[in-house]
Amino acid sequence: MAKMKGQIVVDIERCKGCEVCIPACPEEVIAMSKQVNRKGYFFAQPVNDACTGCTNCAVVCPDGAITVYRKKMTE
Amino acid sequence: MAEAIVNTELIQPENLVYKRTELLTPNALSYCPGCGHGTAHRIIMEVIEEMGIQSETIGIAPVGCSVLAYDFMNIDMQQAAHGRAPALATAAKRLNPKKYVFTYQGDGDLAAIGTAETIHACNRGENIVIIFINNGIYGMTGGQMAPTTLPGMKSSTSPYGRDVAMMGNPLKITELVAQLPGTLYVTRQAVHTPVAVRKAKKAVRKAFENTKLNKGLSFIEIVSNCNSGWKMTPRKANDWMVENMFPFYPLGDIKVNE
Amino acid sequence: MKELRLMKGNEAFAEAAIRAGADGYFGYPITPQSEVMEYLMAEKPHERTGMIVLQAESEVAAINMVYGGAATGKRVMTSSSSPGISLKQEGISYLCGAELPCLIMNAVRGGPGLGTIQPSQSDYFQSTKGGGHGDYRLLVLAPASVQEMADFARLGFDLAFKYRNPVLVLSDGAIGQMMEKVYLDPQRPRFTDEEIKQNTPWATTGKTPDRERNIITSLALESAKMEQHNIALQAKYRQMEEEEVRYEKIGCDDAEYAFVAYGTSSRICQKAIQLAREQGIKVGLMRPITLFPFPKKIIAQMTSRVKGILVVEMSAGQMVEDVRLAVEGRVKVEHFGRFGGIIPSPVEVVEALKKQIIGG
Repeated sequence: MAKMKGQIVVDIERCKGCEVCIPACPEEVIAMSKQVNRKGYFFAQPVNDACTGCTNCAVVCPDGAITVYRKKMTE
Repeated sequence: MAEAIVNTELIQPENLVYKRTELLTPNALSYCPGCGHGTAHRIIMEVIEEMGIQSETIGIAPVGCSVLAYDFMNIDMQQAAHGRAPALATAAKRLNPKKYVFTYQGDGDLAAIGTAETIHACNRGENIVIIFINNGIYGMTGGQMAPTTLPGMKSSTSPYGRDVAMMGNPLKITELVAQLPGTLYVTRQAVHTPVAVRKAKKAVRKAFENTKLNKGLSFIEIVSNCNSGWKMTPRKANDWMVENMFPFYPLGDIKVNE
Repeated sequence: MKELRLMKGNEAFAEAAIRAGADGYFGYPITPQSEVMEYLMAEKPHERTGMIVLQAESEVAAINMVYGGAATGKRVMTSSSSPGISLKQEGISYLCGAELPCLIMNAVRGGPGLGTIQPSQSDYFQSTKGGGHGDYRLLVLAPASVQEMADFARLGFDLAFKYRNPVLVLSDGAIGQMMEKVYLDPQRPRFTDEEIKQNTPWATTGKTPDRERNIITSLALESAKMEQHNIALQAKYRQMEEEEVRYEKIGCDDAEYAFVAYGTSSRICQKAIQLAREQGIKVGLMRPITLFPFPKKIIAQMTSRVKGILVVEMSAGQMVEDVRLAVEGRVKVEHFGRFGGIIPSPVEVVEALKKQIIGG
């Protein structure tokens, strides 16, 4: 059965730590970092590999800080 | 414990499904964290990119938080005096009828000082797009009351809550302009969830395509948060918006190409 | 080949604008200049040249339409009268700050406030010292005849584009309403898209891949940038002062006294010169045609010949201050004027000259 496997890349300097991406993710992939970026914001990070590349987080991000990759995995 | 988990094998150009459009300039947005302006800017630029009309589009920026929209949108733009954007757009479009012309305005710009320009551009049925970001407050100047501030809502000039007896009710300008024959498409959208963003983007696309019909004005209100003005975190502001703003400003199409 | 017509000042201005290749007129009715828009609407210039004529919902909207159109590189214009010009001040400041060319006409009426509909010259300060905020100047042309109303429409557009600055034609209710012979220039074409790209490469015509995006704005939040911008604007105004001073002198060669007057007042003074000379008084007229840049050097030079200057203005005395500055106390300068839309008679002007300048 083919499954979508996704990977997000957060531009940590563009991220302002608003956290709006967190409830947008259906797979609970995103959590906030413990470190801050150069502007002093905590930034969003993918913290597990449950991402399906649905792009919800990227679509809702006000700063366009998220890039999404996705590949169809065949068993 | 937030340690980034990254599967570098997936990060290949052929797997790319979404990235920030290049029609946004590389500049960091000056908006507050979580502010709907950023999302609204992005969907507009995505539509312009997808339609291939960067060289045919003229945008008009307001006075308000988004006065610097021209630092972020990679198109030719004019910065308008407060409230006057629809007047600028009227002339720009009538003199350059083949171009796509849109205004991008906040609630003070469009529904306070610019009320006459808004109503009359709508009434004349200018073939432009008006994008109205309604967050019920004046963000840039420090959180004062707006025409769209809700009854009882606190702001720096309504510190005890908007008193309807003294200040009148919030102005539902979108419903007002929908009554004018000059408006072709009037809709109210939001950008706080992925579902809302995708719907809002479709509305923006429809509005831009409408300008080619020469049948009147397309008006999109985007109800947005203002976490700074409302003094909440972005997520709490979005929740508050759903609970309080949406019942007053219900989302959906008010008029579709009539 | 010029065409000779008998026309009202306001209408001559409108017709000349069409022939000057204007792209758009945006206006609002107000006495005594509504004929400009009425003429344009009746003429249907859209069929002649494609020119757009639109009645806006207010003078505020009209000046902002001018801004939006000018920002796309087009020849655009508006007209109004004193109270409406007050409404336009914000827009004018923005136009100057954003360096946009355009043509504005003010048919001055009595003020302040709603005032009267008869002619006046009480908007001199507003026109030349800025009625809007900030360090800006308008290039101000003061017609004294229907011919000049027509000529200054074309000249106004050309100077506006030369300097990327609004040009104000400061008329009044009398010049706008009077009918005189006027020679009209033939039609010249409106700008093509190519010409706009060439002549006004800064215009918002749509960002093509070969250039950066064009931004029309008057905002500069960093002070250093704002200062540089203002320095550049000032350089522009100094250049206007060097190159664009226009004036007319009548009967000044042997004059012992001089009138300084513009517009309708200058017409009265021409008759006053005749009457005065019949009484043996050698007086001449120095008529500024540009009010900014003001012909201060010319007036300063006159002080070596004349013993006194009477500034005749239909106001409480506004241009008289600029004359005094130019004269620097070397000779007597006095003001004579009437208010409320009353035009002084040549006899009154001669009496004022005798009483205020020669006598006293």
